[in-house]
Amino acid sequence: MAHESIDLVVIGAGPAGLAAATAAAAQGTSVVLLDEQATPGGQIYRSITRTSPERLAALGPDYAAGAALTDAFIASAARHEGEAAVWQITRNRIVHYIQHGKTKALQAQRVIVCTGALERPFPIPGWTLPGVLTAGAAQILLKSAGAVPAEPVILAGCGPLLYLLGSQYIRAGVPIRAIVDTTDASDYRRALPHLAGAIAGWPLLKKGWSLMRALKRAGVPFYKGARALAVEGGETAAGLRFELRGVTHRLSAKVVLLHQGVVPHTQFTWSLRAHHRWDANQLCWTPSVDVWGELDVPGIFVAGDSRGIGGAQAAAEQGRIAALAALCSMGKIDAASRDQLAKGSFQALRCVLRIRPFLDALYRPKHQNRVPADDVIVCRCEEITAGDLRRIVELGCLGPNQAKSFSRCGMGPCQGRQCGLSVTEIIADQRGVSPTPVGYYRIRPPIKPLTLAELASAEDAPAEHGTMSHDGN
Amino acid sequence: MLTDSMKSLFRTLPSSTVPHVTIQFDGAPHSVPAGISVAAALLVSGVQRFRATPTSGAARAPYCMMGVCFECLVEIDGLPNQQSCLANVREGMQIRSQEGARVLCAAAQCGSSAHGA
Repeated sequence: MAHESIDLVVIGAGPAGLAAATAAAAQGTSVVLLDEQATPGGQIYRSITRTSPERLAALGPDYAAGAALTDAFIASAARHEGEAAVWQITRNRIVHYIQHGKTKALQAQRVIVCTGALERPFPIPGWTLPGVLTAGAAQILLKSAGAVPAEPVILAGCGPLLYLLGSQYIRAGVPIRAIVDTTDASDYRRALPHLAGAIAGWPLLKKGWSLMRALKRAGVPFYKGARALAVEGGETAAGLRFELRGVTHRLSAKVVLLHQGVVPHTQFTWSLRAHHRWDANQLCWTPSVDVWGELDVPGIFVAGDSRGIGGAQAAAEQGRIAALAALCSMGKIDAASRDQLAKGSFQALRCVLRIRPFLDALYRPKHQNRVPADDVIVCRCEEITAGDLRRIVELGCLGPNQAKSFSRCGMGPCQGRQCGLSVTEIIADQRGVSPTPVGYYRIRPPIKPLTLAELASAEDAPAEHGTMSHDGN
Repeated sequence: MLTDSMKSLFRTLPSSTVPHVTIQFDGAPHSVPAGISVAAALLVSGVQRFRATPTSGAARAPYCMMGVCFECLVEIDGLPNQQSCLANVREGMQIRSQEGARVLCAAAQCGSSAHGA
């Protein structure tokens, strides 16, 4: 099949993808970077190339630092294909994508998947009401549209992004009703043994502390150790109810922003049938890779948060490392130059990852906010509750794929992206086993919904046609 | 009245002169900053309900803003099932809320996507 031939195709224009594409192009190899957004930056540096002084002031220096990555990428010889949604990567490295209503394909010698992270599901009563968004969603609104809540807002959950968003709102003059924090004393006790590592990663720890100080100085009410969170409202959100040391609190707000960490976006690596393992510290699936980021599918690498949550700086270093390994395996550079060029990145990576065990322990999302009560909706598309799942487990359902045929759970438009982790954890909990034997949804292309008209616009028929037409279990 | 006819959940930060475009949501015109996503534009225009679920008819609105959750599905210029967080506004864009299963089923979708397989 005559697809356009490219040495390296990188998927995703966040820090990992930008660094990978830039590093590979610097060695004279042909590189195409495919990304869903029109402009590079990913979600963390979303709209960085067309932001305004007002937004830069609110978003702060860590966001502004992303411009160095996008500038270097734009100056490189790598080709940028924006508004390109990849819907299939085959094991023989044909990358299918849709751009402006047309499907196209590239035959790559090497592929680096840099699809980043998505918000961990936060299934609590009322989380489907309009007015409830993730903290990440609120940040995207700020970065891409300069949009902020019009009235006092509640931030609930735990993790650095929640406090970062709070401090950005303070700078932008957005009133915060409260930060309802699920972190409690047991989390501090769990994190304490990892403090030494966090101190070794001192600049990041200091940044975290200064965020908290800024929020407290601004007089934002903090409710620490909140349990039994529930969004209340009618057709839209009206406020948050929670318990604190046995007392029920009710705060009103029309916008409630939830966050309990981010998890790797693994739809592509699952669809490639790559091996994944359950990470018991980060409570998520991660693809199994070698030190360079190569999957057990030869020629396909993963870098950045889609390989395991490490943050933006780690992502950029992993991107460079994967690019060098890809170049070496194509014979573009020799092993000695690969090792020499990668040395600095490996060192920097070790340094920025030192704080991770501390963060993972301190902001470990609560069991009750991952494995909710029976009446809570888990699969938002098909409105399947935790109780529905528990009932089908009692009927003999062993895993997420069977759950689909028992209940349509995970078969809505999001294809299980949003509920996948919750479904695995609820089934595992009900069966009394770890998530490993329960597994994950079998992910099939198209990874993005396609219309038949879009599919028919292909210049060539897809290579693995037979895999797309049915969704049996 | 073009904007502020409904109480918006979100507002845009004051910014130096940004060109505006006019879009329509369920027939009502809204003047919104150019270059932003349809989802962001509707949120700052006071739209709270983007669609109703096919199963129970419950109201839904954007949750993730990054193409993951599919809660922000609307009809854009006659095409149903559009992720409004991934599409940018254009002058004269006609947007309609997406009500329930009937419209979802009308879409010519393929593969493992919803309600069409």
